[in-house]
Amino acid sequence: MHTEVTNHADASVDFNKDEPRVDWHDKTLWFIREKRDKASHGIDEWEQLREYASQIKNNTLSRLSEYLIEFEGKAKENGIIVHWASDAKQHNHIVYSILHQQNVTRMSKSKSMLTEECGLNEYLDEHGIEVIDTDLGERIVQLAKEPPSHIVLPCIHKKKEEIGELFHEHLGTEKGASNPEYLTAAARAHLRETFLTRKAALTGVNFAIAETGEFVVCTNEGNADMGAHLADVHIASMGIEKLIPERKHLGVFLRLLARSATGQPITTYSSHFKKPRSGQEMHIVLVDNGRSIHLGKEDFRNALKCIRCGACMNTCPVYRRSGGHSYHNAVAGPIGSILTPNMDMKKNADLPFASTLCGSCTNVCPVKIDIHDQLYKWRQVLVQEGYAPAAKKVSMNMMGWVLSSPKVYDMAGKAARWTLRNTPFAISNKMNPWFKEREMPEAPKESFKEWYKKNRSQ
Amino acid sequence: MSREKILQQVKENQPLLSPLPVIDITVTMDETAILNQFLSKLEMLHIAAFLANEYDDVKDIIHRETNGGRFVTTISEFRDMATLIEHSTEIPHSLEDVQAAIIPAHFGVAENGAVWITEDLVKYRVLPFIAQQLIVIVKRGHIVANMHQAYEKIANTSYDFAAFIAGPSKTADIEQSLVLGAHGPKAMMLFVVDEN
Amino acid sequence: MNVALFIPCYVDQFYPQVAIATLELLEKFGCKVSYPLKQTCCGQPMANSGFEHVSNACNTLFVENFAGYDYIVSPSGSCTLHIKDHLHTKAHTEAETQIRQRVYELTEFLTDVLKVKNIKAKFPHKVGMHQSCHGQRGLKLSQMTELNAPYYSKPGELLNMVEGIEIITLDRPDECCGFGGTFCVAEEAISAKMGKDRVADHVKNQAEYITAADMSCLMHLEGILKRQQSKTKVIHIAEILNAG
Repeated sequence: MHTEVTNHADASVDFNKDEPRVDWHDKTLWFIREKRDKASHGIDEWEQLREYASQIKNNTLSRLSEYLIEFEGKAKENGIIVHWASDAKQHNHIVYSILHQQNVTRMSKSKSMLTEECGLNEYLDEHGIEVIDTDLGERIVQLAKEPPSHIVLPCIHKKKEEIGELFHEHLGTEKGASNPEYLTAAARAHLRETFLTRKAALTGVNFAIAETGEFVVCTNEGNADMGAHLADVHIASMGIEKLIPERKHLGVFLRLLARSATGQPITTYSSHFKKPRSGQEMHIVLVDNGRSIHLGKEDFRNALKCIRCGACMNTCPVYRRSGGHSYHNAVAGPIGSILTPNMDMKKNADLPFASTLCGSCTNVCPVKIDIHDQLYKWRQVLVQEGYAPAAKKVSMNMMGWVLSSPKVYDMAGKAARWTLRNTPFAISNKMNPWFKEREMPEAPKESFKEWYKKNRSQ
Repeated sequence: MSREKILQQVKENQPLLSPLPVIDITVTMDETAILNQFLSKLEMLHIAAFLANEYDDVKDIIHRETNGGRFVTTISEFRDMATLIEHSTEIPHSLEDVQAAIIPAHFGVAENGAVWITEDLVKYRVLPFIAQQLIVIVKRGHIVANMHQAYEKIANTSYDFAAFIAGPSKTADIEQSLVLGAHGPKAMMLFVVDEN
Repeated sequence: MNVALFIPCYVDQFYPQVAIATLELLEKFGCKVSYPLKQTCCGQPMANSGFEHVSNACNTLFVENFAGYDYIVSPSGSCTLHIKDHLHTKAHTEAETQIRQRVYELTEFLTDVLKVKNIKAKFPHKVGMHQSCHGQRGLKLSQMTELNAPYYSKPGELLNMVEGIEIITLDRPDECCGFGGTFCVAEEAISAKMGKDRVADHVKNQAEYITAADMSCLMHLEGILKRQQSKTKVIHIAEILNAG
C-alpha cells in the first residue's frame, strides 16, 4: 500500500480539521505514554538498563560485520537458510522465489515493519501471491487499504465504528456492530482459518543473536507463532541492525521493550526460533536497504540502535496531533523522521522539521538514541543539500543579515513595533500563519535597549 | 554477491570498537518476596494463579474451573484427565480443536509473570498457542526474580524452539480495549506446585 | 561579580518588562550587571531552521558582546541552551569556549551560582508553571517525567519562596507548548493545537497566571489566551520573583 507523498505540515492541517478526533488520538496515545511511565518507574534500575541497552547496541554497531558473519554461521548450523538482500527489491524477490519454488500462492504474515519499508505486499500481489496480515491491527489497515499509522499500534488512528464497518463489509459481521470483543472474535475466526490453511508464513524479527544463530519474535496476539508453527515454510525478514551479540543480552532488551512500548512488563509471547521444526523449512533474509550506508554517517548512525518500541511516537506531542500517516513512511514519528532521510532525502526533507525539538523522545528511548539532536542535525544537512524551500532561504538569509548588525536590528525592531501599533492589519492578517489562531504580542513603544539607555547607561 | 557487498560496506562504515557493558543488577528479594511478586504479576496478566501441594489438588481445581472438550497434556501424571502427548507424530494442525493443554514450564519470572517453555516440554511448538486454554505447571522453587536471572538459568541450554509466555493471547488493537484471545488461548491458568 | 545581561531579541522588542525585572532582580542580589548594547540575537531562529551557517556573523557578534564577563545571564532557557550547545565561530576562540561555559539561564543562576535561599517577593495568585522544554530537558532546570529519577525543580524552588503564591498541579506537567521557533508558523496547525491544549490544562486547573522561564513559550500561549479572550494571563518568572 503506497502512501501518497505529501508533506507533514499539509497532512497535519488535514488531520486537524476534526479537532475532537485529534483530541481522541492524542489522549489514546498519551494514555500509553502514562502506562509506559508507570511500568518504567516501577523498575529501580530503569535508567541503568537504558544505559546497558545503549552500550550493547553501540557495541553491536561497532562490530556489525563480525556479528553478521557469526550469526550466519550459527544459523546455518541450526539448519536455517540464510539470504542476503542489498535492497528492498532484492528482499522482495528472495521472498517471492522461496514461495514460487514451493508453489505457494497464499501466505500469512505477522507484523514486520521491514516488509512495509520494502513494499512486500504490493510486490507479491503483483506476482500473484496473496498476503494476509495476521496482526489484528495490521489486518484492519490492510482491509482498509491503508498503511499502518504506528509501528506497534497499526490502527491506532481508527475508531471502532470504522473497524466495524470494514468487518461488516469484509468479514460479514453485523452491520453497525462495533464492540471490540465481538470484532476481535470475528477476526479470530477468520485468521484461524488463515493460519490453518497457509503453507508459508512470514514473520519479522525483534532480535537476532549472533552467539547462537537464533532469533526472537515478540507478539501479544500469538500470530507470529500461529503462522510459523503451522506453516511448512517460515521466512523471517530482518534488517541487519537487529542483531545483538549474546543471548543473555535479551535479559536487558526484553525488560525494556514492552515496558517502553505499551507499559506491559513483557509481551505475551517472546518466541525464540533456533531451528526449523522437523520437516519445516526456515529462511532468514538479512536486509541492508541503506543501513550499511547509514552506518557510515557519524552523526546519524546511532538511530540504527532502534528496537522499534514506538515510545517516541507515543510521547511526541506532534505525532499525537498529526497522526502516523502525516509522516508518509512505514516508520512514523520522531524515529521515522531521523531514519527516513537516510533512504530518500528529497522525499523526506519535511520530516526533521516536524518537531519542536522538545526532547521528550530522547528521554523515553530505551536505547538512548539522541533523537532530537539528530533532528537538529538533519535540518542542517537538508538545508546544505539544497532541500530548503526558496522562500525560507530568502527569509533566513534576511534574518541572518538583520541580526548580525546591531544598527539594522534596532531599526527593524522599531519598525516592526511601530507597524504593529499603528497599522496592525499589515501584520495581523490572513497571510500571517501566527495570526490564524493567535493574537500578535502587544508592541511596546520602547524596547528594553531604549529603556536601558535612558535608565542605566552612563 | 549481495553478501560480500553488504559485509564489505558494513565493515568499512562501522565505527571504532565500543566495548560491551558488564551487566550487574543485584537482586535483594528473598524467595517469598519473589513468589509474591510473581503471583501479583500473574493477576495483572489475567492469569488465574493457584498454589497447590500436589498434582491431585491441581486436578481438582482444573475439574472445577473448566468445562469439557479435548484436553491434552505433556505431563504423564495428568494422563488420567487428558490425552498424553509423548511425541509429535501428527501434523500440528491436528491440535486445532484442543480445548485445553496442560503443560509444564521450566521456571517463572517474578518481575513479569512469564514462564519459560521449550519445545521438548510441549512436543508440538504450536500447542501452547493453538489451545483454547493454557494450563501451566511450575515448581515452587523455580521462580527467578528477573530476566537477567532467567537468562543465567537458560545459559547455554539447548533448544530448537522456546518461548516466554506471559498470559493468554491478547490484543488491544481496537481503540486500546483489551480483548483476551486474539488468536491463541483465551484463558490461562498457572499452578505453582510444591516439589515432592 | 561582573554579570552580562543577555536579553533575547524578541524580549528586547516585545517584552521589555521581562528584561527590566531580570535586571532588577540580579541587582537586588548584589550583582554588578551590564547590558552589552550591541547584542541582537543568539542565532537560534536560523540554526533551528537548518540555517546554522547563516548565523555565523550573528555568532561573531555575540562573542564580541559577551567576552570577558564572569557570568552571562539570560531570562531564557532556550537561548541559553542554544549558546551552550551551538555558539561556534570560524575563529574557534578561547572567548567563545568561555562564553559557552559561563552562560546561565536566570533561575539556574539564582539557585546554583547565587544559591538564593530567600526572595522578598509577593504574588498572591494561582500560578501554573509551564516547563519550557529547552530549559527543562536541555538545561535540566527541572526533573523530567520521562525519567526514573528523583524530582527537583529549580524554578519551582524559587517560586516556592514567593509569598502568597499557589502553584497549581497540571494534568501533564511537562508537555511541550508547541512554539518551537519557526515551527510555530511552518507547522501552524500543530503548533496552535499544542498551544490550545497546554492552555486548556492550565485553565482547567484554575491558573490565574501561566509562568515559565522562557518568554517564547509564553508569547505563543498568550496569543492563544488572548484570542480565546481568556482571563488567564502569562507572566515571566522574573516578573514574579521581582514582584512586590
